[in-house]
Amino acid sequence: MEGINRPPAPASATGPESEATIEARRQMEICNACRYCEGYCAVFPAMTLRREFSTGDLTHLANLCHSCKGCYHACQYAPPHPFGINIPQTFATIRAESYAEYAWPQGMGRAFERNGTLVSLAAFLSVTLVLLLTMALQDPAILYTAQTGTGAFFRVIPYWLMVGMASLSFGYALFAMGMGAVRYWRGTAPGAGQKPITVAPVAEAAVDILTLRNLGGGGHGCNDLDDSFAQARRHLHHAMFYGFMMCFAATSVGAFYHHVMGWKSPHAFFSLPVQLGTWGGVLLCIGTAGLLWVKTVTDPGPVAKRLLGGEYAMLALLFLISVTGLLLLAIRHTGAMGVMLAIHLGLVLAFFLVMPYSKMVHGVYRGLALLRNAQEKRK
Amino acid sequence: MVDFTRLWDVLVVGGGNAALSAAITAARAGASVIVAEHAPKAMRGGNSRHTRNLRALHPKPTDVLTESYLEEEYWDDLLRVTGGRTDEALARMCIRASEHAPGFLRDCGVVFQPSLSGTLSLSRTNAFFLGGGKALVNALYRTAEKLGITILYDTEVQHIAIEEGFAREAIVSWRGFPQRIRAKAVIASAGGFQANREWLREYWGDAADNFQIRGTPYAQGRVLRDMLASGVQEVGDPTQFHAVANDARAPMADGGLAMRLDCVPFSIVVNKDVERFYDEGEDVWPKRYAIWGRLIAQQRDQRAFAITDSQALHNYLPSVFPPMKADSIAELAVMLDLDPVKLERVVAEYNAAVQPGTFHGNKLDDCRTEGLAIPKSHWARRIDQPPFYGHPLAPGITFTFLGVKVNDRARVMMADGKPSGNIFASGEIMAGNILGQGYLAGFGMTIGTVFGRIAGEEAAKIGRN
Repeated sequence: MEGINRPPAPASATGPESEATIEARRQMEICNACRYCEGYCAVFPAMTLRREFSTGDLTHLANLCHSCKGCYHACQYAPPHPFGINIPQTFATIRAESYAEYAWPQGMGRAFERNGTLVSLAAFLSVTLVLLLTMALQDPAILYTAQTGTGAFFRVIPYWLMVGMASLSFGYALFAMGMGAVRYWRGTAPGAGQKPITVAPVAEAAVDILTLRNLGGGGHGCNDLDDSFAQARRHLHHAMFYGFMMCFAATSVGAFYHHVMGWKSPHAFFSLPVQLGTWGGVLLCIGTAGLLWVKTVTDPGPVAKRLLGGEYAMLALLFLISVTGLLLLAIRHTGAMGVMLAIHLGLVLAFFLVMPYSKMVHGVYRGLALLRNAQEKRK
Repeated sequence: MVDFTRLWDVLVVGGGNAALSAAITAARAGASVIVAEHAPKAMRGGNSRHTRNLRALHPKPTDVLTESYLEEEYWDDLLRVTGGRTDEALARMCIRASEHAPGFLRDCGVVFQPSLSGTLSLSRTNAFFLGGGKALVNALYRTAEKLGITILYDTEVQHIAIEEGFAREAIVSWRGFPQRIRAKAVIASAGGFQANREWLREYWGDAADNFQIRGTPYAQGRVLRDMLASGVQEVGDPTQFHAVANDARAPMADGGLAMRLDCVPFSIVVNKDVERFYDEGEDVWPKRYAIWGRLIAQQRDQRAFAITDSQALHNYLPSVFPPMKADSIAELAVMLDLDPVKLERVVAEYNAAVQPGTFHGNKLDDCRTEGLAIPKSHWARRIDQPPFYGHPLAPGITFTFLGVKVNDRARVMMADGKPSGNIFASGEIMAGNILGQGYLAGFGMTIGTVFGRIAGEEAAKIGRN
């Protein structure tokens, strides 16, 4: 008993738990006796509701973590202290493991192993595919000549193809992510005695998502780069998030115009879909470029380096989608429009295809974790 | 590259809250300041790294402190814990100045939080640092860097050459290389000697080998001993220290706050001879936690064992190391390496002495024993609901009380009764001026901040002339 200078191995480490899960349990047991970080984010108050940490608990806490790194820089036990507490890094690893575990279909979980390569490859292949299809299906002359007036885009890529591929790929992504969400919710359930979901926790979780409250560090910001506080990551993420949503809205409004109002694209610059798409694209550009920059210059201490590939690849893909979208707007009356459209749509297709097997799923699980947390607080 | 030929206005020895409060204040007053921190950058900040709050006077509620906490109550609290072993003028000055300590720290980028769960209900008297002491230390260093203060890590001050009460220069080991730093004024904020086991052995003998050092292993007391040897006046009882009940399985140094155990009021505590030795329920834990380290230090092999049952498990914060768990007292005794027959008897005697009452975990309740030689005055419930739990305890030392004598301007006093010409002190190295014994939660950080600011101010005056 005496002379044991390290925290003990957890009691239930016999199951098929990952190393990261066992490590996270060890760390949480130290954190739960310390509790200095309780003011930083939702993770630590949620931790104090527990004395023991099941695999599901740890997955839940890991997905609740926004990786603001406040707890790492404030930690009296962070490396090189022998306790080696590094919650952001350990939780990031568990998050990635949970993305793989709850992916649908199950075998696709392996897609998270070399995610950067997968996303890059998907982007490359689908751009190639769309370019080739366009060449094969259309008269090459159309591809290289300026197309103007109603239906210009569809003369480059036929309407049926564009809508067909988009709905199929996006529909699949939504379905796969929905299945993942259901499996995650069951897998991280704290057991019997769960209260039914009511309006209040849903509203709280929605506000948490829409404001990224947990990246506010209680008002003064997070440790974006080092032990100084800033709100850069929160603002950049939400430039990206709202930019993405505006682009999505632009597409929806466009579809509404097409099908209900009978107004065909391209629309005028000051029309609602083009305005939404333009400013959404600008925000998306700024957000993704900024996040790429933050990721590059941040203190690597609390970062799970193994996961960086997939994160860089997804940010780069979103950046390229927004840039090609904006370029498309700029050159849509010239002969370059055809190729630009094909590249842009190829990237969008890749995005839809890899969505359920990429960093994008963090939105689903984070949202569910925030919901569970809001529910738990009301018990 | 550091210019070791330069004459600095102010040299600050140490790198915790007391040191940086002094350095920042001096730099803001226009002095050129160099800080010599013994630890490497990752372990900087002395014991401040492990702290969580400071005790501050406030006439009305603030955003981080509730109700009010006035001078007389603060003074009464101090008087009670020190048993009168304090310097009233110095203590009252510190108490009054504590009102402005949170504001000063906030100006240095420190963020405070409203207190939550694990805080021993101190939100009325103590302001909590968001993220704890390391976050505070980070903010102070960041501020110091912005002010252009030169910070040397891995730099141990080994000797301060003092002639007739006047510091001429400091001999340092800078990243392992001998160097000298010349400054017009010196502020000693290098902590106590609690991490120096050899020195502790001088007073405690072999028992010192079983003391866990809760905080920084860099508190070797080298500057303190050097100054006392150079004619600086001593203050405080060298055998006294602040110590708490730690988990016996904690590391021997740097285990920090999370190693402490709060189970004592909800347990019975026996020593290796399976005898209870003190009233576990004498008073609420925030007022008693600081005496238990010393109580355990006086037991055989500096060990004690808190025995409790499943009923009490959720009355105290979880421990990092899980307690020993058994279905019978005898089994538990075997796991703890105690005499099972004797432990069964002690528990049975205790259970028989427990009087009926209504249990309240957070206040003085009427659950007590009757007829025991050593009573348990509150929270006494029968230990009869298995599984039974046992936490092994050891003394965890926070800091020592031996220090250098200072006056109300933080100026170090020489043995001949005259104030030093240019040496000041702040923090644990002079806390013994006010804390003759006992401790008030968060008061160490208050002393560090208050005397750090005064020392910085006074040293800057000398430096600029």
